[in-house]
Amino acid sequence: MEKIYFDYAATTPVDKGVAEKITPFLEEKFGNPSSLHAFGQEAVFALDRARESVARFFGAKEREIIFMPSATVANNVAIQGALQKKEKPHVVTSAIEHKAVIEPLKNSSAEVTYLPVYKEGVIKEEDVKKAIKENTVLVSIGYANSEIGTIQPIGKIGKIIEKENEKRRNKIIFHTDAVQAVNYLPCKVDKLKVDLLTMSGHKIYGPKGAAALYVREKTPMSPILFGASQEKGFYPGTENVFAFAGLGFALEEIKKNDSEETKKLRDRIIDFVLKEIPETKLNGERERRLPNNVNITVEGAEGESLMMALDNEKIAVSTGSACASNSLSPSHVLLSIGLSRERAHGSLRITLGRYTTEEEVDYFLEKLPPIVERLRKISGK
Amino acid sequence: MKNYYTKEVIDRFLNPKHFGEMKDASGIGKAGNPRCGDQMEVFIKVKEGKIIDASFRTLGCAAAIATSDVICEMIIGKTPKEALSITEEEMVKELKKLPAVKVHCSSLAIEGLKKAVNDYEKRK
Repeated sequence: MEKIYFDYAATTPVDKGVAEKITPFLEEKFGNPSSLHAFGQEAVFALDRARESVARFFGAKEREIIFMPSATVANNVAIQGALQKKEKPHVVTSAIEHKAVIEPLKNSSAEVTYLPVYKEGVIKEEDVKKAIKENTVLVSIGYANSEIGTIQPIGKIGKIIEKENEKRRNKIIFHTDAVQAVNYLPCKVDKLKVDLLTMSGHKIYGPKGAAALYVREKTPMSPILFGASQEKGFYPGTENVFAFAGLGFALEEIKKNDSEETKKLRDRIIDFVLKEIPETKLNGERERRLPNNVNITVEGAEGESLMMALDNEKIAVSTGSACASNSLSPSHVLLSIGLSRERAHGSLRITLGRYTTEEEVDYFLEKLPPIVERLRKISGK
Repeated sequence: MKNYYTKEVIDRFLNPKHFGEMKDASGIGKAGNPRCGDQMEVFIKVKEGKIIDASFRTLGCAAAIATSDVICEMIIGKTPKEALSITEEEMVKELKKLPAVKVHCSSLAIEGLKKAVNDYEKRK
């Protein structure tokens, strides 16, 4: 068996067709889009086309799409940009946001309410309503969680905020980090009723170094980076034409019917593990969950050692165990859904993708039980 | 290619020689890392002043399992007092190298050994 990649939530390979379309931008079509000559115009054309494709995918206008180098930068531009020039701003977010949302908030002067996600890993929309205050400036809720794959009711939250905004002068800005959702979930911004949306290229079979931020027209935002006026001044600097073009092409390849196949494979893994390996649990609710995400806890084995043993069998997965983090602290997501530190210690995340096959899943399910058994012998648990 | 773990760590992690509970141990020591959550138990058997056998049970990462195995190997044949003089550096040397964030795993093993020797001294 070749190496098996079950870590699609971390990153994805670039789609072959996409890669072919963008390699010319490295050598022949290398122009700077700010140049007026033919070389530059070729690059402008590529950027325009990519922007069109992003706008179409999200049901947005082209001028509402800003290219970014990564989702982290996009989240920083979104969050810091929304908070600037606001007095004593208050922000509502959830306890399981990605570090790329939590850290910009922690490093701001804003007062932050972290909504609970309960054991299901899903927030209750009425909690959003209760959390909104007079000085609430921003609500930022991730669409789907990268670790446990749970899906938040973004459209419903959007409706609540819309209603709230009808009676307010200082409108609340609604942001969602949709990085993990784009492959599988409906993403039209008018359905979701979001003002800001973050997405990333390398999670959707596009290149790294490309992300996009949707900014609804008339959203009061201040730039946080300064330079020339590229990307409406929100991300000044020469555009990464190669990567941005790739992001555009990658979006065009997303087919919603991928979901059903992936979900079948996901369910096979979940059913097998829960039935065949004693003392295992699924982390996060099963129903409101991305079709490619499995996150389990294996009692009596530690996540990093499970991961390393699987790696030795050429299977790449990931874990939320403290042992696998540089900070030696367990995943805040797992703790937020009520897992004890011990249970977070034995967590394993398997994320499937476009190229996952039944044979790969079979191979994994053959290799996992003896690994668990061996590690449990070593731990004596 | 720069690997996170050396071949020595991986080999020991995949094929540890000294794991398992010891029924007739002369001393048992338990150690836990409150931060990462790793737990370890060291068993020693002492005869005529020397450690003649050692084993471990570890719930932890690859580095924790590898260092547990190394310490058991290193103390067999030593007196309990000699065993206590083993340093983190000596253990890491056996594994060629440990990632900086994993060095605490070797102190966990030393802590477990210390407690096993204390237990043995108490029982004597």
